[in-house]
Amino acid sequence: MNGLLIACILVPMVTAALSFVSTSNIKARGAISVAGSIVLLALAIILLYQVVYSGPLSNQMGGWQAPMGITLIADTLSAMLIVVTAIVALSVNIYAMGDVSDARISGGFFTFMNMLIAGVVGAFLTGDLFNLYVWFEVMLISSFALLVLGGNKVQLDGAVKYVAINLISTVLLLTAIGLLYGLTGTLNMADLSLRVPQVENQALVAVVAVLFLVAFGIKAAVFPLYFWLPASYHTLPISVTAVFAALMTKVGIYALMRTFTLIFPGEHSVIDMTLLCLGLVTMVLGVFGAMTHNDVRRILAFHVIGSIGFMLLGLGLGSALAMGAAIFYMVHGILIKALLFMIAGIIGKLGGSFELARLGGLYQERPKFAMLFLLAALSLIGIPPLSGFWAKLLIIEAGLHHDATVVIIFVILVSLLTFIPLIRIWSEAFWKPKPFGTRTSTDPSNSKAIGPSVSPPDGYAWTPVLGLSLIMLLIGFLPGKIIELSDTAAQDLMNPTVYLDTVLPNRSSAQINPNEAQE
Amino acid sequence: MEILLSLLVGVLMSVSVWMMLSRNLVKFLFGLVLISNVANLIIFKVGGLTVGAPPLIVDGDSLQYANSLPQALVLTAIVIGFGLVSFTLVLALKAYQAIGTVDVDEMTLAEQRHDDPEDQEKSS
Repeated sequence: MNGLLIACILVPMVTAALSFVSTSNIKARGAISVAGSIVLLALAIILLYQVVYSGPLSNQMGGWQAPMGITLIADTLSAMLIVVTAIVALSVNIYAMGDVSDARISGGFFTFMNMLIAGVVGAFLTGDLFNLYVWFEVMLISSFALLVLGGNKVQLDGAVKYVAINLISTVLLLTAIGLLYGLTGTLNMADLSLRVPQVENQALVAVVAVLFLVAFGIKAAVFPLYFWLPASYHTLPISVTAVFAALMTKVGIYALMRTFTLIFPGEHSVIDMTLLCLGLVTMVLGVFGAMTHNDVRRILAFHVIGSIGFMLLGLGLGSALAMGAAIFYMVHGILIKALLFMIAGIIGKLGGSFELARLGGLYQERPKFAMLFLLAALSLIGIPPLSGFWAKLLIIEAGLHHDATVVIIFVILVSLLTFIPLIRIWSEAFWKPKPFGTRTSTDPSNSKAIGPSVSPPDGYAWTPVLGLSLIMLLIGFLPGKIIELSDTAAQDLMNPTVYLDTVLPNRSSAQINPNEAQE
Repeated sequence: MEILLSLLVGVLMSVSVWMMLSRNLVKFLFGLVLISNVANLIIFKVGGLTVGAPPLIVDGDSLQYANSLPQALVLTAIVIGFGLVSFTLVLALKAYQAIGTVDVDEMTLAEQRHDDPEDQEKSS
């Protein structure tokens, strides 16, 4: 079933092309895009099913055998993340139909959105380091296009910073890949996993590892490289912010997980320690940042950074248990971020602003919607039995296993602090009475903006929000299956024998030894 | 030749980092153009330089051949880099036209803290 892997990448690409070329009708473009993501979701679920029941799938592009050609490989982690990506793609595409202005859609909004998804899926599937760079570029250039599409001044200003820092990260990644190729003579990740331990100059390997850490760290918005994120995310349409917040940073985390388990595994304990410390600082600063802001979108942008910290913790602790926790957190984080940003979009539509001071009375107006927000917020904080609780419980469990008291204290403390900014949104936007004279006079864009942005939320907005909430509830009440999957994925990451066998079925026994000695 | 290339990489890298530290967006961009070419040079160099040998062998028995993979990588990276740089140049131009400055210290529209009507602009 090799065609499946390529199909997962091709479907969003074809959707991107079709949604631009085949029609100029705004609604038709949206419909094509939604249909494309439904197909992607179906394929992703089939892929996950196959991977779970018959092991990782791989595909050698162009028939060149593994170390030579480009490899596509889906193990449990990739397959899980592709399913989640497809869910986010579907919800965002539906949401965008009611949210994104006609001008942006005719400028190719859905095309870039689907290319972004193609880039994300490609990055999850590739087994080749240079190919990973290429997928990052696909993702990046589509995100640039989404950033500036229909741009006003503020959007351009945010875009300059985002583009600048991401290009630096790209150059670092390319340099690191070049150096690693110079050291080992291969770019295939499975082959690298075998050859990196054989390199004589291990000091240089550590340098390259740090270059990868910085390059992916910028993508993932890790302290101290996260300043571009809150500077640009809130300037975008909600549909774009939702997909950026949900997916872009997590691809960075995925790349970190992949490289630091497969290519630079555990022996570089300094790097693990660094990851752990960076994780702690990132989550504390993320939550502090969230407390200082008054714009719903900026509060949530800082929460994105906070959750990155939690995932880094899992990676930094370095055991299969901790990795499983990080993977579960990633699944939870992707979905909850998409959901929360869409809810923020609805808040903006109902209240006419994203500033807390100008919002109010939403509970009185829409009690059911208020409950929906509360549900998502409590899930992010980690109140049982919602999904965030399981994610944090797993990390604490891993911390206990490692006797890492500091980690446990920080996780609990940060979870408590996460309460404050979210409860501020609750009390300001929902609980307090509506400030006098809002909605019409104070929102300057009411007069300027056109079309759907000022109309009350319609079915396009409610469907994905309700759907995602339902998924979050399901994960909350039935976490068993996903925890099980995360643990399998983590086992595969920590012990890459299955991965190596899938990519390099004919590797000689002489090559296996150094690898196993290292495990 | 390899030493010369390594020195060139070092010099260009320091020049580009110095340029990217500038507050002037245009200078930063030139630094970016330079540094992306430095990355290409690095790939080219670490791939090993073979003088006067073909990358593709026709008859199969010539012992001397150049590694063609770094060249393929560099070509890909150049194409991608060219696309990104041209995009960034246009973005910088648009930003200059819209904001009226290329000094990044003054480009603070997106991060204004206080109630400024510009900051409130709705999402779409």
